[in-house]
Amino acid sequence: MASTSTDQDRLTIRRARADVTRFRHGDRLAYLLTFAFASAIIVITGLLFFELYKSSALARQTFGLNFLTGTTWDPVALEFGALPFIYGTLITSALALILGVPLGIGASIFLAELAPPKISDAFAFLIELLAAVPSVIYGLLAIFTLVPLVRDFIAPALQSTLGFLPLFQGPSYGVGLLTAGTVLAIMILPFIISISREVLLAVPREQREASLALGATRWETAFHVVVPYAKAGIIGSIFLALARALGETMAVTMVIGNDPRINWSLFAPGYSIAAVIANEFAEAPGELYRAALIELALVLFCITIIVNAFARLLIVVTTRRATAHS
Amino acid sequence: MISRKTRRKATNIVMFTVTGICALVAVSVLFFILGYLVWQGGRALNWDFFTRLPTPVGETGGGFANAIVGSAKLLLLASLIGVPIGFLGGVYLAEFGGSAWGFAVRYTTDLLNGVPSIVIGIFMYALIVLPMKHFSTLAGGVALGVMMIPIAVRSTEEFLRAVPNSLREAALALGATKWQALVTVVIPAAMRGIITGIMLDLARVAGETAPLLFTAFSNRFWSPGWNQPIASLPVMIFNYAISPYEDWHQQAWAAGLVLLSLIMITNVSARLILRRHTHGSH
Repeated sequence: MASTSTDQDRLTIRRARADVTRFRHGDRLAYLLTFAFASAIIVITGLLFFELYKSSALARQTFGLNFLTGTTWDPVALEFGALPFIYGTLITSALALILGVPLGIGASIFLAELAPPKISDAFAFLIELLAAVPSVIYGLLAIFTLVPLVRDFIAPALQSTLGFLPLFQGPSYGVGLLTAGTVLAIMILPFIISISREVLLAVPREQREASLALGATRWETAFHVVVPYAKAGIIGSIFLALARALGETMAVTMVIGNDPRINWSLFAPGYSIAAVIANEFAEAPGELYRAALIELALVLFCITIIVNAFARLLIVVTTRRATAHS
Repeated sequence: MISRKTRRKATNIVMFTVTGICALVAVSVLFFILGYLVWQGGRALNWDFFTRLPTPVGETGGGFANAIVGSAKLLLLASLIGVPIGFLGGVYLAEFGGSAWGFAVRYTTDLLNGVPSIVIGIFMYALIVLPMKHFSTLAGGVALGVMMIPIAVRSTEEFLRAVPNSLREAALALGATKWQALVTVVIPAAMRGIITGIMLDLARVAGETAPLLFTAFSNRFWSPGWNQPIASLPVMIFNYAISPYEDWHQQAWAAGLVLLSLIMITNVSARLILRRHTHGSH
């Protein structure tokens, strides 16, 4: 009977081993499964670039680099130049930064350095809600509130004070570059505020304490010590906001005025890359027309990728430095 | 002469006020948006909005019933794409993400997050609409699903990393293998955070318009199945807001109010849950 008992033992040991290997296989399986899904993200992003590149081939071959410098956009004559859209995109985004950055940085300094923690937390919560408002809602509100406001009050006021500048000449219909830039400024505000606030809060406490101990006021500490320390991260948040503004579609489409010409006046209607795609793509007849719009999407993709990558780099650098010191 | 000390103190107070006003302006924008939508949308909202189809041009009345169902269907499809990739991708980054490949995935996720939504729309047009030769619910849902991925990945990763290492070690010390520890201890501990993260993600794509314009397109009627163009709340708001008809503007306000209410309710409740979660664990 001894032999059966050892057989039994062997069987038990074999089973246990099988269990262990099976569980190890489980580890392997979990790794492979998550690896596959994680890799899918890279595949999707690669496919995204590939599809844009492939589908814009016709336009790239037909126009070459002239596509980027051409100023005429005439679908009837099959002449496609992207410059008016690039101009509109850059001008509205620049306006957004000019209006939004001081406001956003000011608010984030207040929330991170000067406000009592309870108020700061409550405001940060509301700012996060503001970031959740969809772009089409901003557009809806802008059409019916900001457009008449710009037409009837802001544009006449600017014209009577700064009208000697070519930027503020000509009639205003309410829709145009200025209105689009203003909406964008409001839309990027929550991004600048929440990221800058976080970057400022990551600055080590010793920096503040040292400054305050030397007799500096709260504001002096914030402005001369904390902000310089977090500078790269704040600039990163601005670039991230810029990337948002460049790619923002719906709100801009609804108020920019849809005029594919380069106008120097900010009151004049304009057009952005995202807006022209949104308006014309679904109804674009013909291969070349569609390829030209897809090439615009490719241009927009490349611009935002570059701006984004730069922004991430800056943010990583500051938060690393801040945590390394603490 | 004003002393240097007085001037510095005065600057302190002035700048406190100025930056405080900046913060107030930002917050008041939110209250303006909410207040204006409740005022305009509240007037236009009625029962028909939820139960009836859009009326033909020139006829007043009608509702957005098809757009409400359409948005729900698109979000369902988006979750089917975005949640598995986002969740499992996040698990990979949290548990095995130290490698060079992990770095590449993390970086690509950030890139994808920065891609303008209109570009995602073009991508899905080229990938799905063009081969199928027509707009479809499928294409719109996949577009929204791809938009969901980056946030789902990053929030899953963050919440998994927030699980204390002692829990992991305790499970491993009891003889659990890595995946057993993951499935029975680590993921359940992070589950509440992960689910709220996905809720926030859904609320975000629920308002996306641009990726739907040439994938799901729009539809004035019901859209059975997954193979036809379909109406959605954001696209209807866009179409109605830029139309010249006063009655349509009213409907756009009503739709805006409904959409924003859903998004705000989701956001507030998710963030309150998260807050309690983080406060409780400290």
